[in-house]
Amino acid sequence: MYTSPLREPLIRGNKNYKQVTDDILSPMAGKPSKYWYAGITLAGIALLFGAWATFRTVFYGIGEWGLNKTIGWGWGITNFVWWVGIGHAGTFISAILLLFRQKWRTSINRSAEAMTLIAVMCAGFFPLIHMGRLLLGFYIFPYPNTRALWVNFNSPLLWDVFAISTYFAVSLVFWYVGLIPDLGTVRDRATTKIRKAIYGFLSFGWTGSARHWSRHETVSLILAGLAAPLVLSVHTIVSFDFATSVIPGWHTTIFPPYFVSGAIFSGFAMVLTLMIVTRKALNLEEYITLNHIESMNKIIILTGSIVGVAYLTEFFIAWYSGVEFETYAFFNRAFGPYAWAYWIMMTCNVITPQLFWFRKIRRSVVLTFIISIFVNIGMWFERFVIVVTSLHRDFLPSSWTMYSPTMVEVGLYVGTLGLFFTLFLLFIRVFPVIAVAEVKGVLKSSGEKQKLTGHG
Amino acid sequence: MDKYITAYYLDEEDLLKGIGQMKAKGLKILDVLTPFPVHGIDKALNMRRSRLTRVAFVAGAIGAVLGFGFQAWIFTVDYPLNIGGKPFFAVPSFMPVAFELTVLFSAFAMVIAFFVSNKLGPGAKALIHDERATDDRFLVVVEVDDSLADENIKEIELALAEAGAEGITLKA
Repeated sequence: MYTSPLREPLIRGNKNYKQVTDDILSPMAGKPSKYWYAGITLAGIALLFGAWATFRTVFYGIGEWGLNKTIGWGWGITNFVWWVGIGHAGTFISAILLLFRQKWRTSINRSAEAMTLIAVMCAGFFPLIHMGRLLLGFYIFPYPNTRALWVNFNSPLLWDVFAISTYFAVSLVFWYVGLIPDLGTVRDRATTKIRKAIYGFLSFGWTGSARHWSRHETVSLILAGLAAPLVLSVHTIVSFDFATSVIPGWHTTIFPPYFVSGAIFSGFAMVLTLMIVTRKALNLEEYITLNHIESMNKIIILTGSIVGVAYLTEFFIAWYSGVEFETYAFFNRAFGPYAWAYWIMMTCNVITPQLFWFRKIRRSVVLTFIISIFVNIGMWFERFVIVVTSLHRDFLPSSWTMYSPTMVEVGLYVGTLGLFFTLFLLFIRVFPVIAVAEVKGVLKSSGEKQKLTGHG
Repeated sequence: MDKYITAYYLDEEDLLKGIGQMKAKGLKILDVLTPFPVHGIDKALNMRRSRLTRVAFVAGAIGAVLGFGFQAWIFTVDYPLNIGGKPFFAVPSFMPVAFELTVLFSAFAMVIAFFVSNKLGPGAKALIHDERATDDRFLVVVEVDDSLADENIKEIELALAEAGAEGITLKA
């Protein structure tokens, strides 16, 4: 197979297969570093704060939140959409980039998919807690019941139930099927009886038989083909939660593509935030190289620009439609009492990612990390702006009001951040953070040694 | 099949060459264990194209019909509910759930079929010939007929060595 001599290697440092296995799997066997302990302690404290807030909400009810008659959706829905959006990058990397045969995805897909799963868990928590009565959560599923009632299939909130649960289930299966061969490798390297037994169970009896591999590749490809439209559908449906309503500022047809690109935008920012720390902490700089960071930054420019165009289009259409209420909603966003949130959103999402047009910035680890944090913040504010500014000026001026979160709402949000980082830190301890078998598969065509010798 | 011989290569290109030579000599290759999918092996071993894609398609179709049919039955037959004056048989609003169920059925049926056809699953025991077959060795398992005399077995082992394989061991 011809490979361009100009293209830089995906994996640096003249690796052979054994070194790849050792490099990626050895951090799992050793003791965690003190930074890991520090990280999990912080995350655990955040989680405890969340547990307290959950207790308050369940015990005393939604009245603990800062919501009111006018603004019925606040931080809860903001956080929900933010977390789901973050999840989308993982599926984008593992499914859409697989279909486009982007080999660089092999170094980051495993941890990005893990991030997806954890982010969707965090997201799912918010609608559940917003119900107030967690015990009645099963009411959202259509099951034959004594009330003889079904759920409302005309409601986008119900579509969300199906979209999010399917998304979680399919992502889990996709991730685990990809993980099985690597768990087999972990099992075969295990030195203690307990580790061997645990990973032996988890690896489902994987041997690496050619027949299994052939089917494994088919399954991965078809799952990618299914996950690609699925991920697009999920955020489309999330945007329907807003777009099918009649609230000025929500009722726009641009929402589905705008939400999907925003989701991938924020997801890639979170992948970068996590990967930049992980590659440093686990010494994986030769696997997650500057080229990987640069590629992700390019996706950030693209999706960030789409989001920017969407903001401007919304504004233009609001004026061009000639609808007084629509125009007011957008004017109020930019210059009303929540203008500060709007301009944080505009700065973080539209201006900062444009810095990535400079190659120097795109390839700077420190600047990428900082900008990725900006994007995370900006995308959170985007959802806050959409949810709160559209609601706080109601149809009747007598119900105009303001909204600010209570400590309980802050606690719930911080709690999900704690859950996210706790689970991610546990993930990097017990599972291979990079898809070992997939990296080996691209080593020949894209490794450094082969590039030098002209092999492959 | 009681006896078999295992041998390994350290490079997938040598493995593919070796498999060609073994086949030319009429050796019967039972299995090849590799740390990652090696392209060209399926052809070398005359493997059938996987039929898992059909499972995915059929299951997806069932999911679509069930998903759409269930909603349509509920809203037109079982319990028609007037929601803001919308039509009972509201095709567009049944689409999202029907689509999600298509994906769900397809993905799960295919993965279950994958596990069943490979006899993989929680608690399934792996027969490990060489612990490095999931690391950096490309293992070939060759069948040895019970009726074969020792010298014929020697012949097979010689043929394997000629094909460039290392670590040739007879196992029962």
